[in-house]
Amino acid sequence: MFGNLSDRLIETFKNLRSKGKLSPADIDATLREIRRALLEADVALEVVKNFTTAVRERALGDEVSKALNPAQQVVQIVNEELVKILGGEQRKLSFAKTAPTVIMLAGLQGSGKTTLAGKLAKWLKDQGQTPILVAADLQRPNAVNQLQVVGERIGVPVFAPEPGNGVGNPVSVSKDSIKHAKQKMFSVVIVDTAGRLGIDEELMTQAKDIRKAVDPDEVLFVIDSMIGQDAVNVAKAFDDGVGITGVVLTKLDGDARGGAALSVASVTGKPILFASNGEGMDAFEPFYPDRMASRILDMGDVLTLIEQTQKNFDESEARAMAEKLAKDTFTLEDFLDQMQQLKKMGSLKSMLAMMPGAGQMRNQLENFDEREIVRTEAIIRSMTPAERRQPKLLNGSRRSRIAKGSGMTVTDVNSLVNRFEQAAKMMKTVAKGGVPQMPGMPGMPGMGGGFVGGKAKSKGKDKKGSKSGNPAKRAAEEAARALGQKPGEASSGSGSAFGLGK
Amino acid sequence: MAFQFWKRKREEPVAVEQVIAENATEQTAVNTTQSTSEVAAEIQPKPELEKVELPKRSARKGIRALFSKIKFDLENLDELEDTLIQSDFGVDASAAIVASVKEIAKKTSAKTENDLKKILIDVLAENLENKDKALNLSDGNTPYVVLVVGVNGVGKTTTIGKLSKWLVQGGFQVMIGAADTFRAAAVDQVATWAERAGATLIRPKTEGQDPASVAFEATEAAINSGSDVLIIDTAGRLQNKADLMNELDKIRRVVEKQAKIAEVLLIIDATTGQNGLAQAKAFAEVAKVTGVVLTKLDGTAKGGIVYSIQQELGIPVKLVGVGEGIDDFSFFDAQEFARGLVGQEG
Repeated sequence: MFGNLSDRLIETFKNLRSKGKLSPADIDATLREIRRALLEADVALEVVKNFTTAVRERALGDEVSKALNPAQQVVQIVNEELVKILGGEQRKLSFAKTAPTVIMLAGLQGSGKTTLAGKLAKWLKDQGQTPILVAADLQRPNAVNQLQVVGERIGVPVFAPEPGNGVGNPVSVSKDSIKHAKQKMFSVVIVDTAGRLGIDEELMTQAKDIRKAVDPDEVLFVIDSMIGQDAVNVAKAFDDGVGITGVVLTKLDGDARGGAALSVASVTGKPILFASNGEGMDAFEPFYPDRMASRILDMGDVLTLIEQTQKNFDESEARAMAEKLAKDTFTLEDFLDQMQQLKKMGSLKSMLAMMPGAGQMRNQLENFDEREIVRTEAIIRSMTPAERRQPKLLNGSRRSRIAKGSGMTVTDVNSLVNRFEQAAKMMKTVAKGGVPQMPGMPGMPGMGGGFVGGKAKSKGKDKKGSKSGNPAKRAAEEAARALGQKPGEASSGSGSAFGLGK
Repeated sequence: MAFQFWKRKREEPVAVEQVIAENATEQTAVNTTQSTSEVAAEIQPKPELEKVELPKRSARKGIRALFSKIKFDLENLDELEDTLIQSDFGVDASAAIVASVKEIAKKTSAKTENDLKKILIDVLAENLENKDKALNLSDGNTPYVVLVVGVNGVGKTTTIGKLSKWLVQGGFQVMIGAADTFRAAAVDQVATWAERAGATLIRPKTEGQDPASVAFEATEAAINSGSDVLIIDTAGRLQNKADLMNELDKIRRVVEKQAKIAEVLLIIDATTGQNGLAQAKAFAEVAKVTGVVLTKLDGTAKGGIVYSIQQELGIPVKLVGVGEGIDDFSFFDAQEFARGLVGQEG
């Protein structure tokens, strides 16, 4: 996410960091780089101009020259200005005082409205709401059908009285949907509208009519993060035409720099409420401007990570785990437990991407196969409880039975057992030396172990071809190997990146 | 623009061109004296061919002028550079274009705004021109297989609908392979377009079937039915997802087992920013893209990114899409496009 932009800025700041004092020429050179980086990131030209002016003014001002470390101060200013552009304070979805809350989605063709409607519905449902989806895109061939399939997948009902494909009136469908929702006591109504161009007056009028008919609490403007300079025109057109209350960014899992997001927030003054970042129905999260700005500067998104961890992580389980580690009774069963904890935290990939410095691992992360966890799980589940507790029992015939049972090969089983043994060893060391402390993440088995392990390994026992006990780490190593790097190199790179005290 | 297209000759009596007549006589000479002719160079004898006239389409209504507002002034071309950047040409390309305009203006001692506009049109058109801009539908290797690829939401399915309708109108027998088995209801969406266009659709046998196997079956069906063109729809994929790109590679390989791929069309949404270049690079590498289709040009976006794609990768723009209607598309014409952008008639 925003990867390339953050890489660019880091490159610029490298020069700044090495200097003690900043001359106006230094600042201008930096700003030229920032301007270029932002333009290449598709931030709108007018926004870039305002941005660089604001940063320059502040950077030349007293606050920098008097600062202990002027270079850091410029970073701080850039960060603050980015937050400002991204919409300042975070805002949550507003709900109606009396149900149903009505959310209308609008945007260009292909921005991802229908998929987003599903994700939003799922997200609301997970929070205890009872959403209903409304098929008001009667234009695009089989949009109605698509929404029905999406609804079925996530278990949310769809209000679709008209077949679509040009048949039916979206305004009356939307109007009826509110009545229907009130009758059936749905708490949130999500209206999926047809994609339209900002300059298509007829369709913009229709969107306005839908808005009038449903009187929404939120009108969310859905925009593709790959969009270029035109984002400004489109956002203005929708804001003027329909009147939007918030923005949703889609396809952030691509490698687009996503600068358009900054433009849209800046030009419309409307906050970005959500970010959608994957093909799965769960790949959806609230958007945090301040955190995103830190992300742009590659300072990581530790806050989001902590929040996700807290949401899913059972503290007492963690404590028990820590005790086990200390007593050296860590078994394959525990290993499996850990794995499931990790899975609960959501996509490993998106979680790792939030770590500071993960930008450098981005390519490896992109190619990390999440199914690795599933395979490992299958192998462990094919063992008897006794075997899980005492891996030493695993002789040749047992291993081949397990391989058959899990649909894997004996080599896979061997490699898992080896990895487990290494991990157990590693975790013991970690436990003795103290589990890395991060607020809200007591112990953090698996992840914490992996990171520290990565460091420990680079210290000396870096066997050629050694595999990390942490599946994510291991996958990253394997990816590095595939890229022709030695694992040691990869782990030292990420090791320093994960070193929070750098 | 007159491109020559050829399709398999059908049973119905049609007015026969001279070339075809020659071909036909060779064929009736019972394959004996064919050794020197081109036809025999192929492993399989080429089917009898007949010339195809494709209906005329214009993208003119879709292209909006860039420069209605700004004044051209040789001393200060910054504004031109800004305008180009705002049309997604990118920082480097915009600077390069401005530099070329300046240089030519100096050489030809151009002074007036009109002169400068003409120079700009020439610079843009020249750099966008590519001799391979015609669709490859003339080598006689039917079925001409067209693979349609791109990221999510760019308009792949819509483009397939338009392209099919146009080819059907030109007398081609068109088959569509619905190999987007991932997105909800994607098969139904392409089915609707196939029906509108009068093309035959090959559906997946099961839900979520491996897209490569659908492509394989579609190729087989196209060969067996003697279709002229097979267009394969693929699921939208972001170019940084290695596994999805591998899947695309597999689709291509599987099709090539049975037939030559005539065209791999990368669909680029005109609103796309600088990421378009990354898309083109990745898809070119994996899918061996032969041409770009620039869609949604009827909005306010200018699609300047295709300039960089052509410059850096040499991939020509072949078609442009300018609306949601089935006839809203045309060939890409560099001159027309450049003139439209600069806002000069004729």
